[in-house]
Amino acid sequence: MSATSWAWLVLLLPLLGSISIALGFRAIPARAAGVVGTASIGLAFVCGVAMLVNLLGQDPEARHHASSLWDYASIAGLDIKLGIYVDQLSTFMVLVVTGVSTLIHLYSFGYMRSDEGYHRFFSYLNFFVFSMLLLVLAGNFVLLIVGWAFVGFASYALISFWYRRATATRAGMKAFVINVVGDIGLVLAAFLIFRELGTFDYGAVFAKAPEVFSTNEWTVTAICLLLLVGAFAKSAQLPLHTWLPDAMEGPTPVSSLIHAATMVTAGVYLIARTHVLFVLAPTAADIAAFTGLATLLVAGTIAIAQTDLKRAIAYSTMSQIGYMVMGVSIGAYAQGLFHLMTHAFFKALLFMAAGSIISAMANRQDIDRMSGFWKAMRFTSVLFLIGSLALAAFPLTSGFFSKDSILAFAEARGGMYEWMAIGGYVGAFLTAIYTFRLVFRVLPGDPCPEAAHLIESGELYHGPPINPATEEEEDTEVGFPGAHHHIAEQSKPMAVAMAVLGFGALFAGLVQVPGVTDVLFKFLDPAFANSPLSEVHPSVGAEWRGLAIGGLISILGIATAWLLWVRQPELPALFRERLRPVYLLCLNKWYFDEAIDFLVVRPALAIGRFANRTFERLVVDGLVIGTEDVVGGGGRLVRIVQSGYVRGYALLLIVGFAGLALYFLLSSS
Amino acid sequence: MNVEWYVVLSSLLFAIGAMGILVRRSPIVILLCLELMLNAGNLALVAFSRMVGNQQGQVFAIVVMVVAACEVVVGLGLIVALFRRKLPLDVDALRELRG
Repeated sequence: MSATSWAWLVLLLPLLGSISIALGFRAIPARAAGVVGTASIGLAFVCGVAMLVNLLGQDPEARHHASSLWDYASIAGLDIKLGIYVDQLSTFMVLVVTGVSTLIHLYSFGYMRSDEGYHRFFSYLNFFVFSMLLLVLAGNFVLLIVGWAFVGFASYALISFWYRRATATRAGMKAFVINVVGDIGLVLAAFLIFRELGTFDYGAVFAKAPEVFSTNEWTVTAICLLLLVGAFAKSAQLPLHTWLPDAMEGPTPVSSLIHAATMVTAGVYLIARTHVLFVLAPTAADIAAFTGLATLLVAGTIAIAQTDLKRAIAYSTMSQIGYMVMGVSIGAYAQGLFHLMTHAFFKALLFMAAGSIISAMANRQDIDRMSGFWKAMRFTSVLFLIGSLALAAFPLTSGFFSKDSILAFAEARGGMYEWMAIGGYVGAFLTAIYTFRLVFRVLPGDPCPEAAHLIESGELYHGPPINPATEEEEDTEVGFPGAHHHIAEQSKPMAVAMAVLGFGALFAGLVQVPGVTDVLFKFLDPAFANSPLSEVHPSVGAEWRGLAIGGLISILGIATAWLLWVRQPELPALFRERLRPVYLLCLNKWYFDEAIDFLVVRPALAIGRFANRTFERLVVDGLVIGTEDVVGGGGRLVRIVQSGYVRGYALLLIVGFAGLALYFLLSSS
Repeated sequence: MNVEWYVVLSSLLFAIGAMGILVRRSPIVILLCLELMLNAGNLALVAFSRMVGNQQGQVFAIVVMVVAACEVVVGLGLIVALFRRKLPLDVDALRELRG
């Protein structure tokens, strides 16, 4: 079988899984939905591996194939196919997406077991994986937009999964609206591409673009900026990021899969996929790189001040995606994708461990209430620590190699990009601090009441079901979080999923040790060979120097966190006191929500109210009510005639006929 | 004999019938007046037919008679129905169709 046939199978399996669970949920027994869901994604992963093996058997230059099932529209120069494009980039993405998704499905199999919406969950989750695969395998911009919109919907459905919870439905709507802003950017970019190049097809677009556009021409810059709007909304970059922390209202496996490992990296994929256009528009690429840098720094400072466990990890996700966006924008394509892969491993792992801890806390997420989980949940704690080490880029973990490869590239490019490398190292320092702040507050110390309960009785603590956002009590039917979720210690599937990811988080970096293995870059580089930036290569010595600096900064950050939250726990309070404005700025997320509210939401509402008062009241109501008045008035007039007296009608008849007769008599004479 | 006399007589009969419909309230009398108006029309038709000299007007008169017979059947049936339901036999009292 050819690579494209395997790719079609990769697309088909999750779709079949989703449909069969959605339609057959009455017929299949309760746990079967989880088995079907997990198996379909697992098989898709196997097909992805077959795709990779197939590609590896070919010449590196010839590893790109397009395939089409049928034509959507073929008229007047428009040629849209239901086509996919298989190359190193899409194969890599397919493997990351299906691999991590399989593990997260396995985790959900245990975690969601007590939830009433079990079938619905797996159906949505499979649909999400299908949409994401459609996004990465699409062979033209139209199909890309379809996949792009599908993942937006899947994200909305899964954030609002507990649909009786008002905060969750609101968060879902917020995510959807902001994502639609991005969709509009992407659609407009596709329109512009079609107007300038006359095709939607990836191969044709990337072949024609260098001939049609001159460097920094306004059209190609506009296209790239519009693409960036889409990428920023999906990947939660400033200023379109505010939906991501709120998206943590969804179940934890959703946060792990969609809002950490896969969907939010779609923007990174988009920039890498359209790198030909970004090379032609260096201004747009620089804007993207600076936005990535700003996001990684801003999100890092916010993460330090947050007390909600999942939100803090969400901000770290934003920050890490900032690294990836910066990487792919400055030309470090393979490096950015490498970080995407390792991030998928360790961030999915962190969320899984956090989910395990949160279920032990009876769904509470406030780290102020947590402590002593090292004693209560050893397995979860070890994996939480592994994930944190990888996130903090501790030497020899996966994050260590991937993050520093981006920064080494930035440094090798020189000029203002060196400043980006320095900013990246500052971000790495922040990363180590906020990650180990979580570790030091949750794991060591005396067990909190919930953890102590777990140690004593071996059972999970059951509190009244509480909405962590509002502290309000809820009843638990369908559409609310299940009676209780499960922890990795007591559920085999969850433990297996976390162990595999923990292995990946520790050792995935070894595929790409500079000068030693270099497996990943050798595979990915031919896909980006047409970019002039592929000439830039940091020397092996420079890479190792970068790694040394990165490792040092990571250890320094961890030590700082240790000093602040273990050695001298009174220091953070002192900082809060002394640097109150800074602390408030970080605690309130740099007031982005308020700024957007002030700049966009309120003006829009004001315009709406104004239109309601003037246009709606005067013009629309005037037309509607005026019509009603005319008809009603006419009716009232005619009613007078309908007296009900038969003799009255007879008189009218006679007078009428007499009148007619008279008229004809007079007019004929 | 001139056709004018017939037409004058027909108009008179018609006017009497119309007047009867307008002033009387008993349904039976109104029905009778209707018949009077129809037959006034018949008289005019036959007179004009004789004047012109062909039979078409007389054919029309026969059709009108048939219609009149049907109309009497329906009208009398209505009156019997009114009587059976003990409704007043007064057209001014029967004005449920007022708009």
